Amino acid sequence: MGMTIAEKIIAAAAGVDSVKAGDIHTVELDRLMSNDGTTHLTIDMYNNKLKNPHIADVKKLVWIIDHNIPSDSPKTAASHKKMRDFAREHGIDFWEGKGVCHQIMMENYVRPGELIFGADSHTCAYGALGAFGTGVGCTDYLYAMVTGKSWLLVPETIRFNLTGKLREGVYARDLILTIIGKIGAAGASYMAMEFVGDGMKNLTMDDRISMCNLCVEAGAKTALMEVDDIALDYLHARGREPKHCFKSDEDAVFAAEYDIDLATIEPIVARPDFVDDVIPAKEALGVKIDEAFLGSCNNGRLSDLRVGADLIRGRKVHPLVRFLVVPASNEVYEAAIKEGIIQTFMEAGAIVMNANCSVCWGSCQGVIGAGETLISTGTRNFKGRAGHPDSKVYLASAATVTASAIKGEITTADKL
Amino acid sequence: MSETFTARVWVLGDDIDTDIIIPTEYLALKTIDDMKQYGFSPLRPELAAQIQPGDVIVAGKNFGCGSSREQAPEIIKALGIRAVIAKSFARIFFRNSINNGLLLIENGDLHDAVKEGDEIEVTMGERIVANGKEFPIASLPQNLLDIINAGGLVKAMRKRNGLD
Repeated sequence: MGMTIAEKIIAAAAGVDSVKAGDIHTVELDRLMSNDGTTHLTIDMYNNKLKNPHIADVKKLVWIIDHNIPSDSPKTAASHKKMRDFAREHGIDFWEGKGVCHQIMMENYVRPGELIFGADSHTCAYGALGAFGTGVGCTDYLYAMVTGKSWLLVPETIRFNLTGKLREGVYARDLILTIIGKIGAAGASYMAMEFVGDGMKNLTMDDRISMCNLCVEAGAKTALMEVDDIALDYLHARGREPKHCFKSDEDAVFAAEYDIDLATIEPIVARPDFVDDVIPAKEALGVKIDEAFLGSCNNGRLSDLRVGADLIRGRKVHPLVRFLVVPASNEVYEAAIKEGIIQTFMEAGAIVMNANCSVCWGSCQGVIGAGETLISTGTRNFKGRAGHPDSKVYLASAATVTASAIKGEITTADKL
Repeated sequence: MSETFTARVWVLGDDIDTDIIIPTEYLALKTIDDMKQYGFSPLRPELAAQIQPGDVIVAGKNFGCGSSREQAPEIIKALGIRAVIAKSFARIFFRNSINNGLLLIENGDLHDAVKEGDEIEVTMGERIVANGKEFPIASLPQNLLDIINAGGLVKAMRKRNGLD
């Protein structure tokens, strides 16, 4: 029986010829990413719960401070210091203030065919480069850090066959929100989501990262794409080579298959408080907003900032709106400066912040108060996600978020 | 002979996410004991104070969806919840719960058959009895039960891998 991409990566990591969905295998991890959301807990367990602990292979560890940077309280500062000191003592690759963890991983580490644990749910983003990235908690992370291994249930795969091209003014964010709305917040629970088809050639790396990144919002264990020239160009431009370039076999078994014509996708928003509660953006027109957020591991890349800057050039942020613009990494930030994008946002009255997770995770800068409404390119819109429990979050593309920041209410770019 | 226990029920809905179980703003607190009073606060601010040790949560589908924050199962355990019984669980939360020794039971029908305050009887790996009706439940695989019974993955790892 043929294997899916997910099965092939797990087979390689387990050192066996073949695996099938439902099997449990012990796997060797290629890379272990952790951020300041939970690393302090991992360190506490490492130091206090184990006798004579050791790190199996320190070269596999990448630690990134991105959730609360710069620190916003003495407690956060202490947590960061703990992480910084431990990383220095043990020689762990350490990043601070350089960007959101998943963007740093894509720019600097991820290779096709790798199996990567990240102590963060959006680790599934790495599928854009054909790597099996999956989110784990700090105890799973600790176990993998100390043993180099973990156990994995081989997931079934849902396959999405994409054809055609997104229309002008429609973005990857609209596509993935549409898919999540279609299959539901648990529609891919424990499964891999695989994206293939002729339509892939019309999706850039930025688009692909955005799509894979959000698959956990459908419950997915990971997201995967085939490694084509677009992926290889991205990889080679950063001096890396693939580990394996896998495709699913023709006789591989899929739990479900969907055909999606990209030309049928339209601008979408997810309403509070669930990512799968999606409606066409045109049905949300007129909802007053207090804040808009363009950034995050989902939509803080250069192409997203370009879309926003093109819309807001020569216009102003609505006087009753705070518009936060947060590049996903310093690589993105510097490129945006060179293109004049940052200047455009600042002239329009946006608040441009350092590369970090920002209000997407509801701590640190930009949190909203009781009764306020945010429109966001962030990852989630759960109740209270961006601040007060009685605040609301709508999710949308960079274009819809920027257009709404200009108008002061939810609108689409074509209505400006 | 399978272990049997009785418990009082708290009922929650579908898609109870990790930001509801413990909102981001409280993650900076020093200990799980400091955080647990805010458990479920965006949805049910009164709940954490009312939960008694030994109670169970009965929920709908996709319990624990969202972030990988391990404080979520830790808080539920610290509040004294004996088990979470849901129609289904989100996968990262499932792993984190096992790893922290929090018992999870999957059952598709119980949620629609109980109301808050009901008492149910759970026989591990066999059945739940609620309001005179029986609901069969599966047993977790032995390797996962071993982790739960050891009190979580770290303790199991100490035993098994000789890291002590």
